Amino acid sequence: MPGLINEELLSQIGLSPEPRIELVTRRDIRKYSVATNQRQQKYLDGDEAPPLFHMALFWDVMEQNRTSPDGVALDNWLPKFPLKRAMAGSLKLEYYQTVLPDQTLSAHRTLSDMYEKQGSSGPLIFYVVTTEVRDKAGEPVLTEIATRILR
Amino acid sequence: MGRLNHIAEGELLPEIRHTTDTVGQFLYNAALWNAHRIHFDYPYATEVEGYPGLVVAGPLMGDWLAQCVEEWLGEDGRMVQFEYSNRRAAFVGDVLLCTGKISAVDKASRTATITLELLNESGEVLTPGRAVVQFTE
Repeated sequence: MPGLINEELLSQIGLSPEPRIELVTRRDIRKYSVATNQRQQKYLDGDEAPPLFHMALFWDVMEQNRTSPDGVALDNWLPKFPLKRAMAGSLKLEYYQTVLPDQTLSAHRTLSDMYEKQGSSGPLIFYVVTTEVRDKAGEPVLTEIATRILR
Repeated sequence: MGRLNHIAEGELLPEIRHTTDTVGQFLYNAALWNAHRIHFDYPYATEVEGYPGLVVAGPLMGDWLAQCVEEWLGEDGRMVQFEYSNRRAAFVGDVLLCTGKISAVDKASRTATITLELLNESGEVLTPGRAVVQFTE
């Protein structure tokens, strides 16, 4: 079923919303650490954030009336894709510094690619979001390349 | 370079076993603010999406791979690269095993590359991954 991604959608590659700015709190680190079964005390105490904590920090806090029937709410800066059901994808990360409580971090996101493939149960859309996380001084904290899948 | 002198290609990292349950899924998805029904709404997951049970969150499985590296590394260095891919789903009730193996050591850059796998009880690789760690001098 080729042709799900038309020229109009393709033209959205490069789209980049305003940076998201969030404060890292010890409590949020602790909640994330407990939820992920961390065993290192520095994480459980919130002294330092685990390597994937930024996912929770920058996950969009979406209003309930903006979720689709499956409960998913794609970031509202993304274009409307013709497939709606989200599946887990993949992640690539480069780390430059450790995330600590009381830091103010910004996430600079770009829709960097999209393509389609035929899966075993139908067509799939892959879209790629590149996120650069920086500290208050503008120094890089990490770079994330997330490939997300819609079916 | 103490720790780096004592590791070699082929070395296995200590395995970590994770049990999966509904409370864990609730806490993880609440921490993210993720309302995807496949993680907490059993009738929806099974009847609408056709899964055999509640789906374990993919990024959580990625996190468990990162923990495998971090616990082995301790305070001897830091993870500088990490990647994973959710290839197959896991379902609440599954017991998952994180494994890691050193696939390369580069003493010049003080780095080691680790190949990671998250397996289910049938031995299927659900989430392959890779990490690069850099040891402190």
